[in-house]
Amino acid sequence: MPPAKKAAKRKLPNVSGEELLKHYREMLLIRRFEEKAGQLYGMGLIGGFCHLYIGQEAVVVGLEAAAEEGDQRITSYRDHGHMLACGMDPKGVMAELTGRAGGYSRGKGGSMHMFSSEKNFFGGHGIVAAQVPLGAGLAFANQYRGNDRVSFAYFGDGAANQGQIYEAMNMASLWKLPCIFVIENNQYAMGTSLQRASSTPDLYTRGQAFAIPGEAVDGMDVLAVKAAGEKAVAHCRSGEGPYILEMNTYRYRGHSMSDPAKYRTREEVQKIKDEKDPIDHIREMLTQGKHATDDDLKAIDKEIKKTVSEAADFATNSPEPALEELYTDIYA
Amino acid sequence: MPIQILMPALSPTMEEGTLAKWLVKEGDQVNSGDILAEIETDKATMEFEAVDEGIIGAILIAEGSDGVKVNTPIAVLLEDGEAMTDVVAEVAAPVVAEIEKPAATAKPAEIAPPLEDVPEGTTFKSQTVREALRDAMSEEMRLNDDVFLMGEEVAQYQGAYKVSQGMLDEFGARRVIDTPITEHGFTGIAIGAAFTGLRPIVEFMTFNFAMQAIDQIINSAAKTRYMSGGQMGAPIVFRGVNGAASRVGAQHSHDYASWYAQVPGLKVCMPYSAADAKGLLKSAIRDENPVIFLENEILYGRAFDVPEIDDFTVPIGKAKIWRTGDDVTIVSFGIGMQYALEAADRLAEEGISAEVIDLRSLRPLDSETVVKSVMKTNRCVTVEEGFPVCSIGSHISAILMQQAFDYLDAPVINCTGKDVPMPYAANLEKLALITTDEVVDAVKSVTYR
Repeated sequence: MPPAKKAAKRKLPNVSGEELLKHYREMLLIRRFEEKAGQLYGMGLIGGFCHLYIGQEAVVVGLEAAAEEGDQRITSYRDHGHMLACGMDPKGVMAELTGRAGGYSRGKGGSMHMFSSEKNFFGGHGIVAAQVPLGAGLAFANQYRGNDRVSFAYFGDGAANQGQIYEAMNMASLWKLPCIFVIENNQYAMGTSLQRASSTPDLYTRGQAFAIPGEAVDGMDVLAVKAAGEKAVAHCRSGEGPYILEMNTYRYRGHSMSDPAKYRTREEVQKIKDEKDPIDHIREMLTQGKHATDDDLKAIDKEIKKTVSEAADFATNSPEPALEELYTDIYA
Repeated sequence: MPIQILMPALSPTMEEGTLAKWLVKEGDQVNSGDILAEIETDKATMEFEAVDEGIIGAILIAEGSDGVKVNTPIAVLLEDGEAMTDVVAEVAAPVVAEIEKPAATAKPAEIAPPLEDVPEGTTFKSQTVREALRDAMSEEMRLNDDVFLMGEEVAQYQGAYKVSQGMLDEFGARRVIDTPITEHGFTGIAIGAAFTGLRPIVEFMTFNFAMQAIDQIINSAAKTRYMSGGQMGAPIVFRGVNGAASRVGAQHSHDYASWYAQVPGLKVCMPYSAADAKGLLKSAIRDENPVIFLENEILYGRAFDVPEIDDFTVPIGKAKIWRTGDDVTIVSFGIGMQYALEAADRLAEEGISAEVIDLRSLRPLDSETVVKSVMKTNRCVTVEEGFPVCSIGSHISAILMQQAFDYLDAPVINCTGKDVPMPYAANLEKLALITTDEVVDAVKSVTYR
C-alpha cells in the first residue's frame, strides 16, 4: 500500500523534544480514545454509526500544529480525532457518543454530528462532501470580515469524487478564499479502494482545473503533515487563495463498527501498522533522540489512559437528555 | 405589402412594455439584424432587432410610450417600391388612437393591507412586489453589514428578474455577489458563512434550481442548530421565484411550498402582496433561523399599497384576514390569493359571504386564525397552486378535522394545481392551474348552493 507514495522528500526542521512529546500525547489521546469508543460500542453504550480514526492520527495533529487561534475546521463523520486535536474536552465528546446530556450537543447529535463554537469546530457532517462547500463558506466569512483566519475543510478520498467539491473549489479559487482542502486519503471509501473509484490516483491534482496548488503529503508522518500545513496556511493567509493537501494515510479499523473487512487483507493492514504507524514513528524519534526515556513514555501512556477512562466514566454516568430536549434547539 | 412591426414579447410573462427609444427614424433603410428600438420590460431593457429588410415607412408608437401591449403594431416597414400612401389607413390609424392613452394601462394599486399591521394614520405608496423586495433587502443591508446578497446574476445583470436592480451600485461587489451557476456549491458556501454569524440572502433564479442545493438547505441549514445542541445555526434567507410563471414547462413551474413547510428547522414564507413581501422579507433577514422565501414571477410586477413606515416589518407565522365573511373560509397564500379574492368578489354578488385568509407564512403556520374562522363559518376551501398530494391544503384539512371537527358543516375542499407535470401548451397549462371558477364551484359545493 502506498501511503507515502508521492511524498516529497523534505528536509525536516530541527524538532525539539518538547514538540515531539506534544504530538505524541495528542496522537496517543486520539488512539486510546478511539479504542475506548470501540469498546463502548461493543458494550452497546454507543449506538448507530461510529467511525474510528485509528491510524490517521498524524493528519489532524500535524495540521492543528500548523493552525492558529481563530482558524476554523470542519469535517465529515469520522470526526472524533479532529475534535480532540482542536482541544475539545474528551468527556464532552465521549458523552455525545453515548447520547448523554453531558455531550457537546447534549446528546442530540451523536458521533457524526458534533460542534464546538468555542473551538471553531464546525462539525461533524453526515452527508459525504457537504462539509466542503460549508468549509469554503467559513473561509468566505473570514474574507468578508477582512480577518486573516483560514479554514480547514477535511474530506476523504471517497468524497473527492462528489461534484459539489468542485463547485466549491471553483468559487474558492475564483474569489481567493483562504480555505485549505484537506483530502484524507485513507485508501478506501467504505469498502471501495481508490483504484476502483477514481479515474486518476493523484487526488492532490484535483484542483488543477481551478488553478489551486496541491501537494501530496505522507499523512503517517506528523512532522511532514505539520510542515505541509504551515506552507498551506501561509499561502492562504497571504491572500493567494485556496490550497489542497492530499494526506496519504490509512485507516486501521473498519469504515464503521459494522465493517466486514472483505475488501482488504489482514496482511495489508498489519504491514502498515508495522511499517508506518504514526505513533510508533514519533516514539522512536523520542527515544532515539533521547528526548524521553521508556519510563517517561510509560508515564504519558498512563496519564492518557486515565484521561480516556475518566471520559468514559463521565459518558456512561452522565444522564440521558431530559425529555423536554426533544423540542429545544429547533429554532433560535 | 408593407410589413407591420409588432411590439415583441421579451419574457415569458411580459404582457406590455415601454418603447423606450427608437434607434431608426422614418425613411431609414433597415436590414435584418439592425437594432430598431430599445424596449423596456418589467425585467430589463432590451434591444429589438429587425427581421425583414426595408424602409421605415412610419413609426406608429412614439418613443417613451408606456404600457404598449405585446403584438401592437409599432412601426410599418415598406418593401422596395412601396410608399406610405400605399398603406391602407386602417393598418395604422386605430392603433395610434389606442396607444395615445397609456395612463389607462397603468395598474391601480390593489387592496390595502388591513390596519392590524400598521398604525392608524399611516400613508401608503403604490409599489410592485419586485420593488418591495428590493427595498426590504436594501434597508436591511443599510442597517447591518453582516447582510449580503449572493446568487446568479444578482449583481451586474441587475437580477434575472430585476429584483436586485441598483443594489450593486449601492453596496458594491463585496456585498452583492454574482456566483457561477453552481447552486449546490454556493448554497453550501453561504450556509458555512452563516454558521459564523453572517446573514446571507441567497437568491435562486428559481426554486426549481434549488433542487440542486436541497441537501445543503435541509441537512446543513435546517438541522445544524438541533444537531449542535443550539451552539450554531444558519441565519440565512433563501429566496427566489417559485411556482408557475407562464409557458415555461414542467421543470420551471414547480411549487415547493409544501416541500419546505414539512421540515423542522426551516421557516417558510410565501407572500402575496407587496407590503407582506417587504415586511416578511425584512423579518426573514433578521431571523436567526433559515427562512425559505417563496416569490412568484407573475406577482413581481403587481402593484399594491405599501405602508410608508420606517422599518415596516410583518411577523413570520401570522396569517392575515383580507376580507371578513360569514358563510365560508377561503384559505390561501401566494398567487393563490388572486383566485381566492376574485372568487370572493364573485361569490359576494351571489350573496355568499366569504372570509379570505392569507396564510403568508407556511411554517410556522397560523392554524389558530384558520380554526377560529372556520368555527365561525363552518366551511372551508383551500386554494393553492401546488400539487394535491400532501399539499398545504391537505395539512389544513387535517388540522380542521382535529381541532374543529364538530364545527364543520361540509368536507373541506382543497383547490390545487392538477396532479400532472406542468404542460407547455397554453391550453393545457391553463387546465393544469387553478382557476377562479374552480374556487367558486368549490365554495358553492361546501355551502350546498
